[in-house]
Amino acid sequence: MSIKTAALAAAVSAVAVTAAQAEIKMAFIDPLSGPFGPSGEAAYTSYLLEAERINEAGGVNGEMIELTGYDNKVNPKESLVQLQKAIDSGARYIFQGNGSSVAAAIIDAVNKHNKRNPGDEVLFFNYAAVTPAFTNESCSFWHFRFDAHADMKMAAITDYIRSQDDIKKVYLIGQDYIFGQAVAAAAESQLTEKRPDIEIVGNELHPLGKVKDFTPYIQKIISSGADAVITGNWGADMQLLMKAAAESGSDIPYMTFYGGSLGAVSALGEGAMDLLYQVSEGITNLEASDEQYELIETYKERFPEYDYYYHRAHVAMRMFKEAAEKAGSVDPIAVAYALEGMVHQDAYGPVTMRAEDHQAQQNLYISTVSDDVKYGVDNIELGWKVVEGGEIDASVAEQPTTCEMERPEKP
Amino acid sequence: METIVFALLNGVIYGLLLFMLSSGLTLIFSMMGVLNFAHASFYMLGAYFAFTISGSTTFWIALFVAPVLVGLVGAVVERYGLRKVHANGHVAELLFTFGLAYLIEEIVKIVYGKTAVDYRIPDLLNFPAFTIYGASFPAYRIFMLFIAIGMLIGLWYLLKKTRAGLIIQAALTHPHMVGHLGHNVPLIFMTVFGIGCAMAGLAGVIAGNIFVTDPAMAVQMGPIVFVVVVVGGIGSLEGAFLASLLIGLIQNFAVGINASFAEIFWFTGLSPTSEIGDITISSLAPVMPFLLLVLMLIFRPRGLMGEQEL
Amino acid sequence: MSDATQNHADLAPSTGAKFRQRTLPILIFVAIILAIPMTDPSRTMLTLIHQMAINIVFALAYNMLLGKGGMLSFGHAVYFGLGGYFCMHVMNWIEEGSGIWGSYPTFFLPVMGFVAGGLAAAVIGSFSCRRAGTTFAMISLGVAELVFSGAFMFDSLFGGEQGINGDRMNGPEVFGLSMGPMQDIYWFMAFWTVVGIVAMYAFTRTPLGRLSEATRDNPQRVQFIGYNPTRVRWLVFTISGAFAGLAGGMSAVNYEIFTPEALSLIPSGFVLIMAYVGGITYFAGPIMGAILLTYMSSMMSDFTEAWLLYLGLMFVIIVMYAPRGIAGIVFGFWDGLRGAQSGEFLKRTLIQLAGCLLMLLGLIVLVEVSIRWSNGWGEVFEPYGMHFGHDSILTWIVIVVPIVAGAAILRYLGREKEEMPA
Repeated sequence: MSIKTAALAAAVSAVAVTAAQAEIKMAFIDPLSGPFGPSGEAAYTSYLLEAERINEAGGVNGEMIELTGYDNKVNPKESLVQLQKAIDSGARYIFQGNGSSVAAAIIDAVNKHNKRNPGDEVLFFNYAAVTPAFTNESCSFWHFRFDAHADMKMAAITDYIRSQDDIKKVYLIGQDYIFGQAVAAAAESQLTEKRPDIEIVGNELHPLGKVKDFTPYIQKIISSGADAVITGNWGADMQLLMKAAAESGSDIPYMTFYGGSLGAVSALGEGAMDLLYQVSEGITNLEASDEQYELIETYKERFPEYDYYYHRAHVAMRMFKEAAEKAGSVDPIAVAYALEGMVHQDAYGPVTMRAEDHQAQQNLYISTVSDDVKYGVDNIELGWKVVEGGEIDASVAEQPTTCEMERPEKP
Repeated sequence: METIVFALLNGVIYGLLLFMLSSGLTLIFSMMGVLNFAHASFYMLGAYFAFTISGSTTFWIALFVAPVLVGLVGAVVERYGLRKVHANGHVAELLFTFGLAYLIEEIVKIVYGKTAVDYRIPDLLNFPAFTIYGASFPAYRIFMLFIAIGMLIGLWYLLKKTRAGLIIQAALTHPHMVGHLGHNVPLIFMTVFGIGCAMAGLAGVIAGNIFVTDPAMAVQMGPIVFVVVVVGGIGSLEGAFLASLLIGLIQNFAVGINASFAEIFWFTGLSPTSEIGDITISSLAPVMPFLLLVLMLIFRPRGLMGEQEL
Repeated sequence: MSDATQNHADLAPSTGAKFRQRTLPILIFVAIILAIPMTDPSRTMLTLIHQMAINIVFALAYNMLLGKGGMLSFGHAVYFGLGGYFCMHVMNWIEEGSGIWGSYPTFFLPVMGFVAGGLAAAVIGSFSCRRAGTTFAMISLGVAELVFSGAFMFDSLFGGEQGINGDRMNGPEVFGLSMGPMQDIYWFMAFWTVVGIVAMYAFTRTPLGRLSEATRDNPQRVQFIGYNPTRVRWLVFTISGAFAGLAGGMSAVNYEIFTPEALSLIPSGFVLIMAYVGGITYFAGPIMGAILLTYMSSMMSDFTEAWLLYLGLMFVIIVMYAPRGIAGIVFGFWDGLRGAQSGEFLKRTLIQLAGCLLMLLGLIVLVEVSIRWSNGWGEVFEPYGMHFGHDSILTWIVIVVPIVAGAAILRYLGREKEEMPA
């Protein structure tokens, strides 16, 4: 065991101590260093904690989970090197989420690996790469997505906008690449369908990660007279956009996909209230069981640098456990068949793994920043609070699929 | 009309911020012939130092202390790093600063964490100065404007009106002669390097809170500063000043132009739905500086005001 | 001066020296390549070796510019990437079987990368090579930024963020390789690496290779003797871009995917580091750099989170104290051993090594303790069962004492050397 895994195991002692029994090896392939390191680590810590809790409760079919992190530096090629390392070390389950380019590369590589190495199959659990194609035209039996994809998130946002009569003009701004373009296209088509009276007053695409000062864009938005802005921006592009918006004194709501990502709220401070909205599968301030609250608090205590954000990481682990128990085996093909159509009762509502395309269906929540919350984020007083009419039922967010899946023989 | 007013205002402020960063780089470049790749890292250090200092005291103390600290760090880097590498030629010097940028980023991550820090605008300046066309204009941006102009005047006075400035200017072009006259040239170099870094640090202090103070801020700002220096012309502060404003204005005006290639080149019969015809000027705004850089180097390699070719 | 050699033939290296310096290293390299499959390497090992092979060719191509031509480029990944992208398209044409492509073997894809990389370099070089030095470096930076940004705008060529993927198991088989399993790819990599190394070495022996060194050292004189330095630079740039494209083609076959990141400043910076750390004044330098840095970037992140910091430190130290890179250290050591006072030299080197190791030890403990303190997960650095908390005095002793001791040893040696008569 390498120093790093050893060190992490020391933090999550149960994983290492009980590892003497039969093991289920899992690999987490995401950035763990460099500029995107924090977003990878925030998810990795969630997986570690959930693995520890499952092991403490007796493991999966009596076998213990051993999770190892592999640093892919958000580079597709490096990811394939790390994937090979993971598979060689015996991992049959792969977690990844940061970057659709990486996810596409991994899906492709896993498909090829499983075709070329029968009997040694691996499954890919995608927890954050949201390109709709992965569960549509390029769907794969070996890929499961636990996050709502871009069109589903957009459905939640447009459904919320439908109920807001005072929104008459919408502005779209996004990053100029496949994902940003897909978000803009989805917003346009869904808005015309749900609220034909809404006018789209701007559809702006800017190069990815190149803009330093968003003020001119904000002024363009303000002068367009928009009542709401929809954006799929992430990373620095999201933070800088919101900073410029807060600074201009604008009170237009920004409906974002990634407003909840690390550091965004603290960067804005109080300016974020009623300005920044996000869509997610759950937030810490939702009404929940004591068990869930305890999990949130344990997480914060263990990893003070991060917030409990990747709820879906916990869901993915739990669904794996249930599936493996249902199948009575940890063989990837058996687990994959058991996962198909499975309904998991979770803290924020049921999660269904749709069999046709391996896309998880779950309730989505629109929330905004508030100072009247149980749990703050980024170690400040502000936190996320669901807005009125912001509870979007899974059935509303559900999207049709064009997936035609090729399945291997059932074991 | 409102687009023009906003583009002018923002362009000038952004341009002046670029000038604060690039003036130091220009000085260092003309002195040592080396593009300091770590220059934007000193900008980042300025923001982080100001965050620490304003946390325990106030922003106003940080405004003065942080740049001085950054300048000292710069002087140490020159004295114990660059001067050693100097004997191995320009490529080695450049690569040294390239590696240094890496190192500073990693050390900042260890000391301050990997995510953005909560570095705020001082309350005293946190109000809208005026409102035009429905958008409020923050007072802090006006403050940035004054700081930048103040620095510009200070630098101009130092270089053109004081004896020290005369010696520095002489040392830039004729270091041996200045040495023979009895001045300590290495000391002058170290001072200039320190001052250059301090100016970058000052830019970090006033920009870190309006943008985001995180370990990636140096990488984001780095390339554009080079563009300014090269477009402006080597060793020319006036050129750097013009280039900064030019780039600030071009970027801000381009954002306001929605025309696509298909509309501009209509006479070629370019289809608006094709990949090329679909590109709009506003989506190109952030890459404009690099386009300018390449064109400038091809057609006028000495830059806007430079006296010599690179 | 009466001893001056009159006969040019006397200046030429002897047959023995030629064999030792030119043929032998290549024979050893081929022997290693043939020996590797016998050790039955794991798939991870093979993946790593393939990555190394790609980087060796890429770094050598880069060094053609930097080491031999004196042109510092910050955007050489552009040609690597364009070559690779073209190969991906060809791979997909092979799969569709459109036109003549249906009968083109995947094995020879790197040839297409070579052509595409060379063409791209020829076009861009026609304006960027007019000047050397900093102008060239800045143009390369600007071009790289433009190409990278442009890649996101033309999805049909670059496939947007997800890039373009393909399947290498199509087209006619050559040498009985189906190109599917990793072992087949190993022979593919071995073949093209040897071809790349031999061809690039041969290039340094051609008149153009010599002229490029002359242009690096003194362009004015080159002009005086009737050659056009701009043209020499452009030719070298084109050939270097072509070899970078060859490496791109190898990469396309290995990963079966190409994404726009491959064109960005990050791989461009990485190849610069590989070449420089390896040693740009030696032909073998970039090979060493490529092997070491590929290993570090893929495997070191398993051991420590701070691998980027170590990488940066190593780079800065090499720039400051060993400007001729790892190859310089290795060959310097070898020459010292063969020199007159080999015993004295060995002793000195060992003491030096001890000093370096002591400093390294202190530094590693410092870094590892710091990142754990910085993470705040309550982890403690525990190598070999020891316990280094950030608040224990022992930890700080282990950090400070070796660093001070190591620095003192190195300083003492440095002084001694200065005092020694030359």
